Amino acid sequence: MAVVETGAAPTPTVGIRPRKPGRGEGWQRRLPLLPALIYTVVVTQIPFLVTLWYSFQNYFFNVPQPAHFAGFSNYSTVFTNAAFRGSLVRSVVMTAASVIIAMVLGVAFAVLLDRKFLGRGVVRTLIITPFLVMPAAAALVWSGPMLDPNFGLLNYLLAPFGVHHVAWLSTHALGSVIVVMIWQWTPFMTLIVLAGLQSQPSDTLEAAKVDGAGAFATFRELTLPHLRPYIELGILLGSIYLVNSFDAVRLMTNGGPGTSTTNLPFYLYQQVNFAFNVGGAAAAGVITVILTIIVATFALRLFARVFQFEEAGV
Amino acid sequence: MTAVPVTPGPHRLREMSGRAGWGVLAWIVGIAFFLPVLWMVITAFKPESAAETWPPQFVFKPTLSEFRLVFSGMGPFLTHSVVATIGSTILVVLLGVPAAYALSVHPVKRWRDGLFFFISTKMLPIVAAIGPLYVIALKAHLLDTVWLLIILYTAMNLPLAVWMIRSFMLEVPRELLEAARLDGAGRIREISGVILPIISPGLVSTALICVIFAWNELFLALNLTVTNAATMPMYLISSVPQEGLYIAHLSAAATVASVPVILVGWIAQRSLVRGLSMGAIK
Repeated sequence: MAVVETGAAPTPTVGIRPRKPGRGEGWQRRLPLLPALIYTVVVTQIPFLVTLWYSFQNYFFNVPQPAHFAGFSNYSTVFTNAAFRGSLVRSVVMTAASVIIAMVLGVAFAVLLDRKFLGRGVVRTLIITPFLVMPAAAALVWSGPMLDPNFGLLNYLLAPFGVHHVAWLSTHALGSVIVVMIWQWTPFMTLIVLAGLQSQPSDTLEAAKVDGAGAFATFRELTLPHLRPYIELGILLGSIYLVNSFDAVRLMTNGGPGTSTTNLPFYLYQQVNFAFNVGGAAAAGVITVILTIIVATFALRLFARVFQFEEAGV
Repeated sequence: MTAVPVTPGPHRLREMSGRAGWGVLAWIVGIAFFLPVLWMVITAFKPESAAETWPPQFVFKPTLSEFRLVFSGMGPFLTHSVVATIGSTILVVLLGVPAAYALSVHPVKRWRDGLFFFISTKMLPIVAAIGPLYVIALKAHLLDTVWLLIILYTAMNLPLAVWMIRSFMLEVPRELLEAARLDGAGRIREISGVILPIISPGLVSTALICVIFAWNELFLALNLTVTNAATMPMYLISSVPQEGLYIAHLSAAATVASVPVILVGWIAQRSLVRGLSMGAIK
């Protein structure tokens, strides 16, 4: 780099990197981190600060008067609101049910795919495909061609078992939405667990076999403990995405019938888009964030454990 | 568990039939999981009148008419989706590589906190801030622009990307970095000459996952764009009319919207697996 002589006080250390890890070294280390850090702080934190501010304002999109201070009234409304509490509970149920069932299926499928058989690559391809399908497309295809009471494929396939023209989305709405979420996320769990299975050292498995351990005992005593960090990672990432599930609810049931499938994301969407209640939605959002932080604190502890595995491995 | 058979003959036989049994089971599971996708594609080739019948029709005269209809109206939506997806993915990589470097190869003092901060932003539900986000976008004159989507999708994917790229960088052998340093390579040359060539497969899988999430995103697009930046998922929704037969048309639109990501995912399967398991846990 060309250094222009300015005639000002010379800085002789330019170009000669000091050996001691002083402040300059610290900033050199920090510099590459700054763009991403600043970007993330600005884009993800500012909206939440604004949310906090609006949660104390009385502000409706459809009312011409500007926002004005409302104290805690938005919060008291939200807390006494059964619709908010209901959507909170349904969010927890949807996320927990879909993540747990997807993980159980994921472990089973991964064990299947870990064996050698004809066309293994093709079967793996088939199983991962639901994860790649656009969630909006999945929701619409399930609600129409698959689950329709009059011409849906599922009723046709279940007809031999005595199922006749069930209107899944009206009678089993919550279950139907959860099924689609499971269908989309089982491949994700399968792939993570499969990576865990394939990283298992084969000699310990051989040794267990020589010792006469049965397949099930080997799986429980050796494989499952080895898979634990993978399963934890899968559950954590799956929860992060599934707790925000919106597409399936909006496109399959529109939150109904009644409010039987209204989860938090859909409730907040309704508050902003149809009730135009920015202040109320913001208060509900702040409460959601606080609850999430409580849950996330536990989740982050899991991440800390993942670190320990990583450091033990390095 | 029953006793292990002693004679080698039946043992082998049992093993072989057992293997075939597992294979058959795996195939059944695979086909069952794929069935909705297959049904979507089949329905897309039906004429509308054949799509809504009981019993469902498996033999019919395939037609491309619904696809033609889908293609004819899709132009602007496709452009917006492609620009938002590729733009945000490039930005994620440009921001993510240096950040991951500062959290792994020459880590800052509090790299643990840094990493936790990134991943913790993923836990804040974006839906909670959607109203204020709308107001901010409105005041910044970004509402209904592709720029807004690029900005938000970058923030959405950056934490996971930093996490993944970092774990790939940790796998770069220390000796190579030492050698480069002895040759007098600076930070920039260390990244471009040594690290990037080694982690490029990991970088590809990271970018791929960003592409999938950006391409498929609906919530932000639905709330913050109308026409000037509406994306493929929104085109898909608009293909559902209030009345009349629409199942074949819907299936064709869903197929067209999903196929790019499905094909890319199939082709890059191995790198996708690598990316999802993050290399972080060995």
